[in-house]
Amino acid sequence: MTATTTSARSDLSELGRSETALRTFLHGLPGVDQVGAEQRAAQLGTRSIKTTAKAQAIDLAIRMVDLTTLEGADTPGKVRALAAKALRPDPADPSCPHVGAVCVYPAMVPYVAEVLGGSGVHLASVATAFPSGQAPLEIKLADTRAAVAAGADEIDMVINRGAFLAGRYKEVYDEIVATKEACGDAHLKVILETGELATYDNVRRASWLAMLAGGDFIKTSTGKVPVAATLPVTLVMLEAVRDFRAATGRQVGVKPAGGIKTTKDAIKYLVMVNETVGPDWLDPDWFRFGASSLLNDLLMQRTKLTTGVYSGPDYFTLD
Amino acid sequence: MFEYAPAPESRSVVDLKPSYGLFIDGAFVDPTDGGSFKSINPASEEVLAEIAEAGAQDVERAVRAARTAYDKVWGPMPGRDRAKYLYRIARLIQERSRELAVLESLDNGKPIRESRDVDLPLVAAHFFYYAGWADKLEHAGFGPNPRPIGVAAQVIPWNFPLLMLAWKIAPALAAGNTVVLKPAETTPLTALLFAEICQQADLPAGVVNIVTGAGDTGRALVEHPGVDKVAFTGSTEVGRAIARSVAGTSKKLTLELGGKAANIVFDDAPIDQAVEGIVNGIFFNQGHVCCAGSRLLVQENVADRVLESLKRRMAQLRVGDPLDKNTDVGAINSAAQLERIRELSDAGSAEGAERWSPPCELPEQGFWFAPTIFTGVTQAHRIAREEIFGPVLSVLTFRTPAEAVEKANNTPYGLSAGIWTDKGSRILWMADRLRAGVVWANTFNKFDPTSPFGGYKESGYGREGGRHGLEGYLNV
Repeated sequence: MTATTTSARSDLSELGRSETALRTFLHGLPGVDQVGAEQRAAQLGTRSIKTTAKAQAIDLAIRMVDLTTLEGADTPGKVRALAAKALRPDPADPSCPHVGAVCVYPAMVPYVAEVLGGSGVHLASVATAFPSGQAPLEIKLADTRAAVAAGADEIDMVINRGAFLAGRYKEVYDEIVATKEACGDAHLKVILETGELATYDNVRRASWLAMLAGGDFIKTSTGKVPVAATLPVTLVMLEAVRDFRAATGRQVGVKPAGGIKTTKDAIKYLVMVNETVGPDWLDPDWFRFGASSLLNDLLMQRTKLTTGVYSGPDYFTLD
Repeated sequence: MFEYAPAPESRSVVDLKPSYGLFIDGAFVDPTDGGSFKSINPASEEVLAEIAEAGAQDVERAVRAARTAYDKVWGPMPGRDRAKYLYRIARLIQERSRELAVLESLDNGKPIRESRDVDLPLVAAHFFYYAGWADKLEHAGFGPNPRPIGVAAQVIPWNFPLLMLAWKIAPALAAGNTVVLKPAETTPLTALLFAEICQQADLPAGVVNIVTGAGDTGRALVEHPGVDKVAFTGSTEVGRAIARSVAGTSKKLTLELGGKAANIVFDDAPIDQAVEGIVNGIFFNQGHVCCAGSRLLVQENVADRVLESLKRRMAQLRVGDPLDKNTDVGAINSAAQLERIRELSDAGSAEGAERWSPPCELPEQGFWFAPTIFTGVTQAHRIAREEIFGPVLSVLTFRTPAEAVEKANNTPYGLSAGIWTDKGSRILWMADRLRAGVVWANTFNKFDPTSPFGGYKESGYGREGGRHGLEGYLNV
């Protein structure tokens, strides 16, 4: 691309210098009509994905899963088992692809790293006082550095929703910039916690804010509040990454997380990616599912497609 | 690439007979002079069935049957009992909706996604809604004890065959009239299946009569002296002829005719949803919609951005087999209509507008037209003035709200309009000034049985839907 792109890029990088510039830009983005966005998402949900297309979608979805456990009860043994499953989701079928990443708390990272080492499955860790983000910045940054040092190559941070909703955009921006710096080479996924942002306009603004501040991925939710990922929220975020790339030339990934439990749900998301941002994003490098129980449903449906019969849940491992 | 495998809806749910008679006085009968015509599938040109053509004598029989049923059964029947029949019909439509949707797509060419998700739910909703009015007519605002008119002659178009039937028959029966309905000659099949549903519902004989045929049948019907009310949906040209023929008679007339709606996008519009609305406005039902948003008026300072988004979105439209559940745009209903769309589009190019369509492969058999937009269109171009009734959008720009109003109203039609803006006050300001029967704000092509629908100027007169829709069928 030529001069236009370069100048556009430098223009946007200046925005983070002042609260006023950020506010003017974010509030100048086109609004989102709630009814229209929900209608579009519902319409895409009626696509009928069958036979070969379904098989292709299931394998792609498996490769996009961030296999996640974020519980106080997590133990080294449990996360090791999860990592083993990430490598070979279906031990009975070597043609089954591995998942995109394993996602755990920072304290569990070393145990997962032992299992995954060099396998191509990424190791993600939530940081920055996940899930509330209610900690001083130094602690959030230390949390991030510790996770990276322990072997995480992807960091899922939470934004400061209080500051965002109060309109202190620069504070949110600066935190993301600082976390990105603390990540070093690790990829930064920015969790917007859309369930707390209340409107689609806010989702669009938060998406742009996270991208302007250098996030590599924007992610819907922690999975720890009542409303997690939804199709319309993901639609608004996909439109944001599409428009951001058109404006700056930089591609940012999207990760819906929480509440996606079935193959049918996952396929709706893939259809939405396909028809909103196109094949450039239909890749685990650019789209992920934050999920735990989704993987087993994908495996069951995959087995059904290859063998013609459903097997019971007992035939798939629980972690 | 993520290619969707074919996902065809099964044809086997429809039990098509090789030939159909006329539905008169509760039974299927042969036409007196034995004439017939064929209904074809516009997506494949395959013949679906042989359809009886009603002549003047058949129309006479149908009107007489309707008159007898009105005098003896339906007119005297209490509203609460008429309601029972209408509710029963509504439930049967829901039960048989898959069958009706498949048949509608076969005969009309519209995608199954639309016949399944839009047409059929609305058809059932119309019957449910007007069933509710049947015993409450004295509360409809037309004075105490409003009386029905008598026998209604109803002529409907091919773009929403079953939905237009519902818009006509449901309020007529709720108000206590009996009907003779003529479906369009290219799409008679769902009306004939509806006749079977009337039998299944034990609707008294003669309350609903269906006479199939083309223009001559329609003329014989609306000119019949035994008819008290004429309701027509279709072209302005035919509407004018009907208005002439009923002038000087005591027949009541409602007309729902053509349109050339403006879909107006302001610079503060929610762009992504506006683009969806533009697409839905003109490519829904292949643009075979009288209220289609066929003129896009976009504020000049966002025109490039909107057009870029629109083109990107249009490239996602899936054109093809109407029975495939993933099809967005189906077949053009007839060779004649395809010819008209081609002629007007060629005129658009010849007059200097710039034509664009996304790359899309059209099937070889059947009648197809790729979704098309014209930019650089002026008010003087034919494609900005004449109703194309196809998937063809004319794009014009404006600078000020006043200019948008002026351009939107500068048409002989006045059926519908759309406004896209985040500013509520501007919506109200615009709606006050737009001369259109329906004004949609931040949406388009939204229908509901509770909402009146109808036009200004050459788009016709009378309202269908809602409480207002009863007026055309009551002696008030």
